[in-house]
Amino acid sequence: MNISTFSDLAHDWDALVREDRVHRSIYTDPRIFELEMTRVFGAVWVYLAHESQVPRNDDFVTARLGLRPLVVVRDSRGELRALFNRCAHRGARVCRAERGSARTFQCPYHGWSYFNDGRLRGVPWPEGYACDFKDGSYNLAQVPRVESYRGLVFGTLNAEAPELKEYLAGARKPIDEWLDRNPGGRVVVAEANRLKFKGNWKLAYDNAADGYHVAFSHRSLLETENRHAADPSKGMSFYLGKPDEAPMYVQAFAHGHHFKDKRPNVAQRPGALWEMEAVQPGMERYEALIRQKLGAKAARALDLAASQPVNINIFPNLSILGNHLQVFQPVSVDETETLWYATAIVDEANELAGTADAVNAIRMRTQESFPNFGEVDDAANFEEIQKGLAAVEDEWVYMHRGLGVAGRVQQLPDGSLRAPATDEVFMREHMKVWKRLMSSRPSLVAKR
Amino acid sequence: MSYIDDAFYERLVAAFSDWQRPELELQDLQIREQCRALLEREARLLDQGRYPEWLELYAPECVVWVPGAAEPGDPRREVSVFFDDRRRLEDRIYRLGTGAAWSQVPPSRTVRFVANVEAFRTEERTVLMVRSNFFLSEFRAGEARLLSGWCGHRLRRRQVGWEIEAKQVNLIDRDQPLRNPSLIL
Repeated sequence: MNISTFSDLAHDWDALVREDRVHRSIYTDPRIFELEMTRVFGAVWVYLAHESQVPRNDDFVTARLGLRPLVVVRDSRGELRALFNRCAHRGARVCRAERGSARTFQCPYHGWSYFNDGRLRGVPWPEGYACDFKDGSYNLAQVPRVESYRGLVFGTLNAEAPELKEYLAGARKPIDEWLDRNPGGRVVVAEANRLKFKGNWKLAYDNAADGYHVAFSHRSLLETENRHAADPSKGMSFYLGKPDEAPMYVQAFAHGHHFKDKRPNVAQRPGALWEMEAVQPGMERYEALIRQKLGAKAARALDLAASQPVNINIFPNLSILGNHLQVFQPVSVDETETLWYATAIVDEANELAGTADAVNAIRMRTQESFPNFGEVDDAANFEEIQKGLAAVEDEWVYMHRGLGVAGRVQQLPDGSLRAPATDEVFMREHMKVWKRLMSSRPSLVAKR
Repeated sequence: MSYIDDAFYERLVAAFSDWQRPELELQDLQIREQCRALLEREARLLDQGRYPEWLELYAPECVVWVPGAAEPGDPRREVSVFFDDRRRLEDRIYRLGTGAAWSQVPPSRTVRFVANVEAFRTEERTVLMVRSNFFLSEFRAGEARLLSGWCGHRLRRRQVGWEIEAKQVNLIDRDQPLRNPSLIL
């Protein structure tokens, strides 16, 4: 049978998501996209913001949960909240700024105002109303569950979702390792490279742990990173040759999270990561400065300026890669924003003997490299997929690399799956999760 | 070897702070015309993909800075859309030449319009700051689009003409998601 349209299938998710392939319509059908915004984005923990974007009480930053406009705020008592940015009266967005600090939000349309914990503060000329504005019915709606894991703020509308820590499952270990290497075990957001492409959000998530595309999609980057080197040894050069046999691996966890760990490609000694870093503006003079101040201890600081070789992907919308927090933000079935939040280190205990600013000065430039010289080419390929999928009769998109090949996929004691970094097992695993979620009827509620 | 260090960043941030002051406006029509001609030549060389010739317009120790923040701060503490020293500009050109920079296969066809050129004096007699507005009309892969913004050029007098020490490109939507920012701006 040709599955030409969504209506052919009703809601037969088993027909759309097979063991080795998925149907093109999951990337192209606006009705499926609309369901995803509740059944996927409403039902699981979705990354919203980083705590460093709202460091003080009354700070706010706007975000989206699926398509829902939010104001993520640290309210006047210090509690993190995700308010629906939607006036309880007529629905206009009450907050038009993307970030700032405010104790109250007043809707510009009819002047209803709210405290930054969502409670209604007042409406103009209340004597014209018969209702009781004190009963909470007219507070701003808000995401009922907002939690932070070590600075990463997530929210869910699903009362039945597990605790955030439980949801993050095996991905907590690489997240902890990613944070613990920094002074004080934390990072702060330092602006972003913001991109968008005309394609479905899952094309970006499918790509997030894909070690198969790199040698092809990023050929121009690999060649550029290594143009000064006699032998390719810089940047992502470990993808050249036989990446199937490289020591890096991909690990797939519960709930659709995955981890492509490229650290085994790097010699396990301080300074090895820095030696692999491709040339970046300012690297020589800041390296000299850091070596002068730290001497034999400079290697740790320099490694913090280099790109960390990990991709830690938290379904459905966060990818911690290099030193970035990349957020996948769906716009429509065929448009997605990818927001590459850069991170800086903060060295309050002076572990790096006054070199943190120099580390950050390099680290900002290393973080510009991939969005400029790598991601743009992936985004072009995602757009080409979206165009290619207009071929209705050619129905399937494959993700079966490694499937059925003896010895490729290994089940670890914690239940996660481990395979060579060029294996598509991680896609098959998150598509199983997607199918389970799309088959469910989550009960989603906002609170007031 | 990159020449970027704290002193470079500090000079850059100082040069691009509070420079469009009325008392610094340069009225000399001949010099303003020289500035306009340089900016128009730069636009043409980029439109024609003549990158090595374009790079010759720049000082040996130059920078092209495309801030990403609504209110640009110190580039040492925040990422930019681009922050390219000469070597990274050469990387950018090299990458386009590999034939595998898929975001530019097929390449964009562009025309850049430069307008509203104003020149401002600096504390150095041989250095000018120039403000100009731009439209960049682009056609690629079946679609046309328009980018716009304003540029600040820091120019230093050479024996013949001027060379560009630094360019700041301020896209009007620099703090919003950009689609395929793979052009050299």
